[in-house]
Amino acid sequence: MFNKRITIFTGHFGSGKTEVAVNYALQAAETGKKTAIVDLDIVNPFFRTADVRNRLEAGGIKVITPVYANTNVDVPSLPAEINSLFEDKSYSVILDVGGDDLGARAVSRYRDQIACDDYIHYFVVNTRRPMTRTPDEIIRMILEIQDGAGLKVDMLVNNANMLGESTPELLAEASEILAVVSSRLSIPVGFISGMEEVLSAYEGDRGIERLYMKKNITLPWEQM
Amino acid sequence: MGEKILMKGNEVIAEAALRAGCRHYFGYPITPQTEIAHYFAKKMPQYGGTFIQAESEVAAMNMVYGAASAGARVMTSSSSPGISLKQEAISYAACAELPAVIVNIMRAGPGLGGILAAQSDYFQATKGGGHGDYRMVVLAPSSVQELYELVVDAFNIADKYRTLCMIVGDGMLGQMMEAVEFRDKEDIYQADKSWAVTGTGMERDHNIITSIYIDPEVLEKHNLKLQEKYRKIAENETRVEVFNCEGADIIVAAYGTVARIIKNVIKTAEKEGIKVGLIRPITLWPFPTAEFEKYADVPQAFLSVEMSAGQMVEDVRLAVNGKRPVYFHGRMGGMIPTQKEILEKIREILK
Repeated sequence: MFNKRITIFTGHFGSGKTEVAVNYALQAAETGKKTAIVDLDIVNPFFRTADVRNRLEAGGIKVITPVYANTNVDVPSLPAEINSLFEDKSYSVILDVGGDDLGARAVSRYRDQIACDDYIHYFVVNTRRPMTRTPDEIIRMILEIQDGAGLKVDMLVNNANMLGESTPELLAEASEILAVVSSRLSIPVGFISGMEEVLSAYEGDRGIERLYMKKNITLPWEQM
Repeated sequence: MGEKILMKGNEVIAEAALRAGCRHYFGYPITPQTEIAHYFAKKMPQYGGTFIQAESEVAAMNMVYGAASAGARVMTSSSSPGISLKQEAISYAACAELPAVIVNIMRAGPGLGGILAAQSDYFQATKGGGHGDYRMVVLAPSSVQELYELVVDAFNIADKYRTLCMIVGDGMLGQMMEAVEFRDKEDIYQADKSWAVTGTGMERDHNIITSIYIDPEVLEKHNLKLQEKYRKIAENETRVEVFNCEGADIIVAAYGTVARIIKNVIKTAEKEGIKVGLIRPITLWPFPTAEFEKYADVPQAFLSVEMSAGQMVEDVRLAVNGKRPVYFHGRMGGMIPTQKEILEKIREILK
């Protein structure tokens, strides 16, 4: 982890991409890298990187969000500022891309700049989400997203969870499903992600890297 | 029960409808409920059903009128401005006694407003957004699990009474994800739909589905029949959750996700020695008047908390009927009331 200049996260709606991308960015910045995160999610207007902007900026991370993020406008636009991140190679750039093939299309317009740069494309999977529960469904989703983004998936991320009801068993269950996907598509699992308390209790897959996450997105009734 | 999976409220609405036997969906995209259409578009072909992104909300609701006339289980969904557009056809379908389910994932208004969560379509849903003396059953879930269960129930109620059922959720409920557990099989009410226009086969008289009655005596008779039906629905289908109300200092009325904020307020208030009760209407129409009457003498006051300028509070006042003061606290524009400000309001009222 953290060794490519551009890190792209795609996945199914609700796979947990944003939570993964935010935690990944915070930890990348902690290693001393000059980090920028781009919210390319023009699909889901409610729970996005924009919600945790303050926390990211406090961590010294440059945050770029669609122009409408967290305001009242339906139609988003991608700020021109994004282009500067492809020019200024001193930044480590994390791209949080919208769900499914539709969301992935937003990244396709930067395809040429990304393809000639040092990048990695992670596909985040939560096997407890509808439409990514079986190897067949996951493979279909990967093919659709690759098509939308115009960029091949390099590695899978096991992000199996049910929010507050997550268990290490879910990660083990997902590990078996992803093993089938890996062998059929020749795409390895890059890392396993989970909330600290859940992931630290998971004994399997010791040979695979881990992203221990902190909860950054809360619901209104969880807030004072 | 099956395995638990993680789903977005909007996805659950579509999945629940499919499980309830809905094979026809007509809609037009609008934030924050577009995932409903998105999910149907992907899944409906697997069920051999019909998914149509109509040219407008008006068209979509008229397509619902058509499919329901043929006796099919059918749904449309939208968000506030889109629901306004559907009102003419809603009134027509109510008059023609067509069973159908309409979902409104409410956003902040008036006008095009914003895309964030609100509950400001309470009047529109419960008092007749369209013209004429009609009612719809209005169900207001507060969690993703309950959303699933109430969508299935809505189809059954619709068929049982030949009525429209509306599911109202604020934008938050549509967008949030929670673990949900589906039943292996749904209990589907088997309605006699011999009234449906499905072709006579040259063996019976024509069935007629209409909302025009030119003769005033006939129209009044039809209206009386509708009113009798609404009375029966009110008698049999009123639903409410009552929590912590025995001996409460104050009883809060709240529905949908706001009720979840109140449940946490109850815990915090308890530490200060204040007992807060909650009456959560699950059906906004029929309104659970009887529960408010039952507890009207218990607290010092009632407080209605809404994401609106104060709409449900009018029904709370009617139900409490002057026995106790009824206060209001609300936020608008997509702002969500916080535990802190609700607690302050409660302290101020009880002072």
